[in-house]
Amino acid sequence: MNKEFTINSFISENSRPLSSLFYFVLIMTIFFTASPEVFFSTKFHQAVLTVYPIIIFLVIPLVFVVTMGEIDLSFASNFAFASWIFALLIKTFSVDPFLAFLLGILAGAFIGVLMGCLVVYGRISSLVASLGALFLIRGFLFVVSDSKSITIIEIRKHWIYDLLVGKFFGFPMQFIWAGIFVIIAYFLYHRHVFGAHIHHIGDNPESAAQMGINVDRTRIFCFMFCGIGAALAGMFSTLVNFTWWPTQGFGYLLLALASVFVGGTPTWGGVGTIFGAVFGSGVIAYMETGIVAMGWSGLWRQFFNGLIIILALLGHRFHGNRIR
Amino acid sequence: MEPIIELRNISKKFGGITALNSVSLEVNEGEVVGLIGDNGAGKSTLIKTLVGVHQPDLGEIFIRGRKAEHWNAKKAREAKIETVFQDRALTPQQSIVWNIFMGKELRYPLGFIRVKEQQEEANRIIREIGFTSKLIDAKSQVGNLSGGERQGVAIARAIYNDAELIILDEPTTALSLIETQKVFDFVNNIKAKGRSVLFIGHNIFHVFDISDRFVILDRGKIVHQLEKSDVDSPESLIKIMKETVEKGE
Ligand SMILES: Nc1ncnc2c1ncn2[C@@H]1O[C@H](COP(=O)(O)OP(=O)(O)OP(=O)(O)O)[C@@H](O)[C@H]1O
Ligand SMILES: [Mg+2]
Repeated sequence: MNKEFTINSFISENSRPLSSLFYFVLIMTIFFTASPEVFFSTKFHQAVLTVYPIIIFLVIPLVFVVTMGEIDLSFASNFAFASWIFALLIKTFSVDPFLAFLLGILAGAFIGVLMGCLVVYGRISSLVASLGALFLIRGFLFVVSDSKSITIIEIRKHWIYDLLVGKFFGFPMQFIWAGIFVIIAYFLYHRHVFGAHIHHIGDNPESAAQMGINVDRTRIFCFMFCGIGAALAGMFSTLVNFTWWPTQGFGYLLLALASVFVGGTPTWGGVGTIFGAVFGSGVIAYMETGIVAMGWSGLWRQFFNGLIIILALLGHRFHGNRIR
Repeated sequence: MEPIIELRNISKKFGGITALNSVSLEVNEGEVVGLIGDNGAGKSTLIKTLVGVHQPDLGEIFIRGRKAEHWNAKKAREAKIETVFQDRALTPQQSIVWNIFMGKELRYPLGFIRVKEQQEEANRIIREIGFTSKLIDAKSQVGNLSGGERQGVAIARAIYNDAELIILDEPTTALSLIETQKVFDFVNNIKAKGRSVLFIGHNIFHVFDISDRFVILDRGKIVHQLEKSDVDSPESLIKIMKETVEKGE
């Protein structure tokens, strides 16, 4: 086996994440050539540094859900539900923030399981079911919070703040956590029976069931994973801002979805890529914040965002159609 | 000796269609049972019910003499029953490795997959099965294989798992003559090891050659069960089939 062959097979086996990486590099090159001074300034990257890890927590579980042939939109509200539990426990019930954090994860997982049950036992399409849940949970939060935000500035003094979103030699801790999350997810996706079953179900659920895979239970677990990701994203966001607010997370709905598809996971299920999604999230995160940092008019932001999504998806078309 | 599997008065309806009407059937250790019948007779429905993919509306299933409770596809595989389904039950976008180990992955604790071991085993199996194309390795996507090769993957999977009962639902449809002969060799091999086979086929000549016993299904009912000694040639088996079907009309 010569070296060239190995490189070729590496490229062909990883074409989706590699082309997502290419889009990321392309975007960075555009920013760089437009204004090298701004590109190397901290203010250009600072905003991204807070948004990027949060998108990662949302996007990675979505890759699982989309690979399984489903979709979950409720994450954008579950985000605020879990962090509401978190903030409320700390503020109103003076619960230890670490315990509150664990309970917040549990809350997110719980909503995820409910979503999964709705899809599996209620036999509603996940698109419609999660769209309903998206509004329902948000509406619930408006009512119970009376549309008021919760500030937890005191969290700053607790060790959990430093551990989760503090600085590690000037580097935001949430990046490290997001990195760990990605690595665990990668192994779960490619080297664990959970990931294998998700691929099989997204590819052909009848085959999966015939070979004895518990399709219903795997689906519910997958939605639960999505809920956990949303909870982490929500609580990290709350920690960074010292505040929970009722519309929290809504802005991430379309950004996270776009990141999945720009990242190279196709819509039809059965295939997907974790690292691609990381690069896709990078593209979206920099588009969101970079344009303004560059001093270009914010009015162009959505336009360019849309343009890059469409171009990226046209690019991913070269990976071919679904094989049947 | 207890039969490996026994169905008692199994009925199954799909909406208004009665696919199975009080079917009773048993497969004993070391025998090859040929299940034959027209298109739509209910053969595939019967075996899907037998391996827990469908739940019967009525009737009972016994595994080695013990009544199966909450019978499902996973339990059937745990009971060492492997099936080559008529639709092959493959996932075309996944690799040959993942398809061979689908639902029965080689695991470390905590459910992590023994990736390298699976890879090696899969390569060994496909070499053993003898895929026509030398270019194929276990990492290739199943969707890029030919019909016969896909069938090879499904058969390899069933054989690999060292089952005591192998069910083959029309395993030779897309296969060449040589490959078909290979499948028969597998069946004879399995039988020589004292294992059992339930073979479904359209080609009566094929079924006749390899079976010890024949079960004729017609419109959801078992209309005849014959030992090989009861029939002298495939032609007479066809004649019996025709007669019973005409009687039913
Ligand atoms: N999932 C299903 N939903 C509804 N009807 C079904 C289903 N599966 C089978 N049937 C019906 O049950 C009857 C028996 O089908 P089955 O596939 O068991 O026949 P078969 O004997 O295997 O035929 P063939 O030789 O063509 O494979 C048919 O009328 C079929 O339309
Ligand atoms: Mg059939």
